[in-house]
Amino acid sequence: MKRIAVKWFAAYRDATGTAAEPVETAAATPADLFGEMVARHHGLTSFAGALVAINDEMADWQSPLADGDEVLFFPPVAGG
Amino acid sequence: MSGFSISSQAIDLKALRAGLADVACGACVVFEGWVRNHNEGQAVSRLAYEVYEPLAVREGETILQEAMQRFDIGRAVAVHRQGELSLSEPAVVVGVASAHRDAAFRACRYIIDEVKHRLPIWKKEYYTDGTAEWVNCRHCAESYSRPPARNEIKAQIP
Repeated sequence: MKRIAVKWFAAYRDATGTAAEPVETAAATPADLFGEMVARHHGLTSFAGALVAINDEMADWQSPLADGDEVLFFPPVAGG
Repeated sequence: MSGFSISSQAIDLKALRAGLADVACGACVVFEGWVRNHNEGQAVSRLAYEVYEPLAVREGETILQEAMQRFDIGRAVAVHRQGELSLSEPAVVVGVASAHRDAAFRACRYIIDEVKHRLPIWKKEYYTDGTAEWVNCRHCAESYSRPPARNEIKAQIP
């Protein structure tokens, strides 16, 4: 099991009711981890249009996760 | 010279323009994105921007560097607001200076388009009917299938 620090932003923070949470997971990728989070948080639905960062670097949904990583889930962005 | 920044205060347009000054440049294009009073048929009363600053600044700098490489320009700067904004306030300003106007127009367009799509910035619209919604996120969380109550709106202001 990996220990991952998950951070939520904007609509995701509202949906999960938290800005950050520690997670123990066997998820191999951010996509898998998001799937687990959907089961944990009723408000969360899909990650369509969302972006993910690992340790403050933009990442791919299929990037490998490592023990101690910080995973940032960004809902669809809307700057400008 | 280039620079991307996030601001919690009104954007200083004079300072931004001064940062573009260059005797080798004969053209200056500045784009201002303003807070509009309507979106998709709803009457908007104000906005709030949430920014994840560490990544937004780094990605913003990357976009400006890309513009410097792709177009024949001398200087490029951009500022994006965070926090609460009133109608008509500039939410984002992009400025480009170049020797000739064509490159400045094209680079300015490139920068604002990339800023809108790539930066970790989220816009919450507050409507005149008392509801509020994260833009582009109607389907990413179930709680947005219903309008939030007034006390929730207050609690959600970043």
